[in-house]
Amino acid sequence: MSDAALPSAAAQPPAAPAKEETPFRRFVRSFVEDRLALFGLALFILIVLLAIAAPLIAPQNPYDLASVDVMDSRQPPGSVSGEGFTMWLGSDGVGRDLLSGILYGLRISLMVGAFSGILAASIGAAIGLIAAYAGGRTENAIMRLVDLQLSLPSVLVALILVAGLGKGVDKIIIALVMVQWAYYARTVRGSALVERRKEYVEAAQSLGLSHARTVFRHILPNCLAPVIVIVTVQTAHAISLEATLSFLGVGLPQTEPSLGVLIANGFQYMLSGSYWISVFPGFALLMTIVSINLVGDRLRDVLNPRLEK
Amino acid sequence: MLAFVLRRLAQAFFVIAAMLVIVFFGVNVVGDPIYMLISPEMDQQQIAETARALGLDRPIWEQFLVFLKNAAQGDLGRSFVHGESAIKLILSRMPATLELAFVALVLAVVIGLPLGLYAGLKPESRLSRFIMAVSILGFSLPTFWVGLMLILTFAVSLGWLPATGRGPTVSIFGLDTSLLSLKGWQHVALPAFNLALLKISLVIRLARAGAREAALMDYVKFARAKGLSQSRIIGVHILKNIMIPIVTVLGLEFGSLVAFSVVTETIFAWPGMGRLLLEAITRLDRPVIVAYVMVVVVLFVTINLLVDLIYSALDPRVRLTEATS
Repeated sequence: MSDAALPSAAAQPPAAPAKEETPFRRFVRSFVEDRLALFGLALFILIVLLAIAAPLIAPQNPYDLASVDVMDSRQPPGSVSGEGFTMWLGSDGVGRDLLSGILYGLRISLMVGAFSGILAASIGAAIGLIAAYAGGRTENAIMRLVDLQLSLPSVLVALILVAGLGKGVDKIIIALVMVQWAYYARTVRGSALVERRKEYVEAAQSLGLSHARTVFRHILPNCLAPVIVIVTVQTAHAISLEATLSFLGVGLPQTEPSLGVLIANGFQYMLSGSYWISVFPGFALLMTIVSINLVGDRLRDVLNPRLEK
Repeated sequence: MLAFVLRRLAQAFFVIAAMLVIVFFGVNVVGDPIYMLISPEMDQQQIAETARALGLDRPIWEQFLVFLKNAAQGDLGRSFVHGESAIKLILSRMPATLELAFVALVLAVVIGLPLGLYAGLKPESRLSRFIMAVSILGFSLPTFWVGLMLILTFAVSLGWLPATGRGPTVSIFGLDTSLLSLKGWQHVALPAFNLALLKISLVIRLARAGAREAALMDYVKFARAKGLSQSRIIGVHILKNIMIPIVTVLGLEFGSLVAFSVVTETIFAWPGMGRLLLEAITRLDRPVIVAYVMVVVVLFVTINLLVDLIYSALDPRVRLTEATS
């Protein structure tokens, strides 16, 4: 397991002596102080590598109907398939190798999480910046909308959105972005309000720089630290939310089997004892979410100026 | 104070009105529910008749005006699938959901509070670290998967508790409850614990933070100097002071418990309004979706309003800063 993880962890710049410490080095040094967070990072990198390499390492292509045999359905972990390879995690209701299913499912879950996270962060940050810089009525209107949305639980908002949008990867990503953007807008507005009053902004304005350049080139970079923390936490949340929606049957369709779809498929067999179809994709989901949260937790401690010694 | 109350009431009303518009148009612009309701043998004329009977042939803004007029009279439309009044349908399933959410809330306090107190008073002990690690896990675990694991462990493997459904109900004061029989408790145990999991983690964190702060206060030192017993200091002096934020947060979280019950009710086949919502979504039963959202939004807005008003009554600074901003 640590084969793939070790080189990546070692690739981090080593803890440099305090002589000429750049902010980035200081950041890396205090991040690696926490073993648990380092473990989380290694685990996450491993999961991403496994997902990327899925077509190369998976024993079977679960999309290829020709390679799937119904005779293999609901085989317990460790049994041998009709084609002769060992199904270490068993097979699902239609005879697909579960390990292959999980590897391919990880790709979809991670992709949905990453896309929605990046989109929500960009859109939310832009809206938050505009609110802080414009002030007045624009700011009021935007922040009211943010308050309204944050007062409703995300599961409910997402459910209503997919009820309107329908199934499909693109629609789920839209729903997840609409659920998440408000967190970024609120946070970025908070830090942009502080930055706005600083002298470098005044300097930029008196140099005659355009509003767009002042906001995105000068204010934005100084508001990014909290955004990075929220990206990690919210991406984990998005992955979990997508799995929940897919499990409920309103998320991704059967043709895009994310981890949530796999778990949902196994649910019907669980009461009759074929536990592995739901349990193993669930473990993969759990590992993904926990690894991201471990990293995010440490990032929050490291990047929080109030906790600096 | 009156001005504050009026402004808050106006805000609450505005939020409900805004949600009414957003939800109606959000739900009605997509998909055509008529194709879910007709049988394949129907000819064009019959389809058109069905559409007319349900008012689906009129332009959307006209549908909205009719909807608004009826909504003002407390009627949010008829379910396409069940043929009953949507709001009645929701309200008839509501007691089951409220019962589940209530038991979950009690569980969150009963389990979370002692663990959080312990972790706050003995922050260095091994058990405290373990409790905090578990509470991080509680935040990370997807609710639906924990539900599956609970069924697998306690219903399939051990056979101790039933996997699905609600126990027999008894009606008292017009409210149906299953909490008066042992069988009812056996049925509610797993779903309520599943629903409570997130809130248990939350209570642990709140109680720990509160206890750590309170333990350093002068009144605790003084109580100790007076020679009071440890249990009295914790039970009376510390507990009383940390309960204020916990009760507030939990009051606000009750609405989110009701919303999250969609997931739990589906897994445990609990006959509440969350399951009704999910059925309505898969069958495009618009009136039920709209009615569900409106009921939950009204519930949310009412809870928030009450918390705000109680807070401002207790702490004048809240309404003073509102007035100046």
